[in-house]
Amino acid sequence: MSNDYMKKLILAGTRADGRALDEFREVVVTKGVIKTAEGSAMVTIGKTKVIAGIKMDAATPYPDTPNEGNLVVDAEFVPFANPEFEAGPPSEHSIALARVVDRGIRECHAIDTEKLVIVPKELVWSVHIDVHTINDDGNLQDAASLAAIAALQDCKIPKYDVEKKQVVKEATAVVSSGKSLPLQDTPVEVTVHKIGNKLFVDPDVEEIEASDARVTIASTENGDLCAMQKGGNGSFTVDELVKAAEIAIEKGRELRERLE
Amino acid sequence: MGKAGAPEKLIMHGKRLDSRKLDEFRPMEAAIGVIPQSRGSATFSFGDTHAIVGVQGPGPMHPKGLQEPTRTKLRCHYFMAPFATSERGRPGRSRRSTEISMVIGEALSNVIFLEEYPKTALDIFMEILQANASTRCAALNAASMALAEAGIPMKDLISSLSVGKADGQILLDVAGAEDNFGDVDMAVATVGGGDAFVLLQMDGVITLAEFRTMLDMAKHGCAVVHKKQKEALMKHYNSEEVSL
Repeated sequence: MSNDYMKKLILAGTRADGRALDEFREVVVTKGVIKTAEGSAMVTIGKTKVIAGIKMDAATPYPDTPNEGNLVVDAEFVPFANPEFEAGPPSEHSIALARVVDRGIRECHAIDTEKLVIVPKELVWSVHIDVHTINDDGNLQDAASLAAIAALQDCKIPKYDVEKKQVVKEATAVVSSGKSLPLQDTPVEVTVHKIGNKLFVDPDVEEIEASDARVTIASTENGDLCAMQKGGNGSFTVDELVKAAEIAIEKGRELRERLE
Repeated sequence: MGKAGAPEKLIMHGKRLDSRKLDEFRPMEAAIGVIPQSRGSATFSFGDTHAIVGVQGPGPMHPKGLQEPTRTKLRCHYFMAPFATSERGRPGRSRRSTEISMVIGEALSNVIFLEEYPKTALDIFMEILQANASTRCAALNAASMALAEAGIPMKDLISSLSVGKADGQILLDVAGAEDNFGDVDMAVATVGGGDAFVLLQMDGVITLAEFRTMLDMAKHGCAVVHKKQKEALMKHYNSEEVSL
């Protein structure tokens, strides 16, 4: 279907699959899908599918946060997920996606990183979240963010042997301490797209092609905004941005329910 | 989170650490025509943040496979000089610079008539020589001025600045300790000092009402930046001697 047709539908307040402009496709969150990961989750939004896996390791803290654990987020746009993706080093799009997921989690202190210290100023837990795209039918950002927070909820801290100074590992996986990560919030990202003067959420790939502009907005459990990033070409007015934030807070609440 | 080295207060009696008012800019400097060998160039600074930008092209696009048949390929290159920060930075590309280059390119593509130069590449090289917050904003301001000097057809200039929140107060043009220890940092850009936001990146926790306040402050501030940019362009051309 052509861009023009997609635009016409959105401007008329409808969509090819009959959804309302502020309606997500079916969202399914499945935690604990990877045995070798300390935490993992698969999220599907319609046909879009991503998997987030968390590996934890003992690492030296960053110099500016000597008494806090580390958080690293990476995203891999696996080429099988979309014919547009290319093999090779991370594209600017996958870097931006990962950095926006990172900020949603980091800025509201979703992880109490001060509780991830093993030896003060020397050794802390490093939480490495890798998001892999399995199928891209649009809205990877929201799927990736939801998968990341779901994987954090699923994550168990490995056992650490203080005398041997290493993480306790078995042949195929690390040994769990049984302790969950210290989480203090559940940030959820919602990307609001715009065509003409209409705002809508959760586009599929064809709607993304037709979209004029987008803004990703992360919100916290109590409805505050904790990270934001405009993406793509096009622009928003002040009123549109405020409206987009309202939509993101409301839809964020719905997505958060899927995590329970 | 109480980071090491944080001052006790960032705002005292309505004044900031550098004695600015809440809605006051640092001194802004803008100039064009600063790199003779580039097609267009400009500098822009917010206080101690200095950006210099040069435009090259439109020129041949290599590899040809990446040519776009109907428009020029806009390539933005934002870099922070290793000496621009208190601790030496690693030169070259980083994940941060890749992301910033991308969002700057997306912002600029709103105003450049890219279809004027099919199959070519248009490169914008942005260097931060000295950094004290709002570096992407300074780079974007200089980039749109450099494009104007290069004679690249554009709808208007893009004007950018940061707003933030520290000690519960909303601030214009975040700098220094406000950037390191403040609660919120939001970089924005608008077209021609108007109501079209083409760049928006926010980190930190704010309420919806605060967001509205910040957007309004940012919009008015961008109009001031826009005026500064235009003045620099006018000044350059008015002072050039006309040779017959």
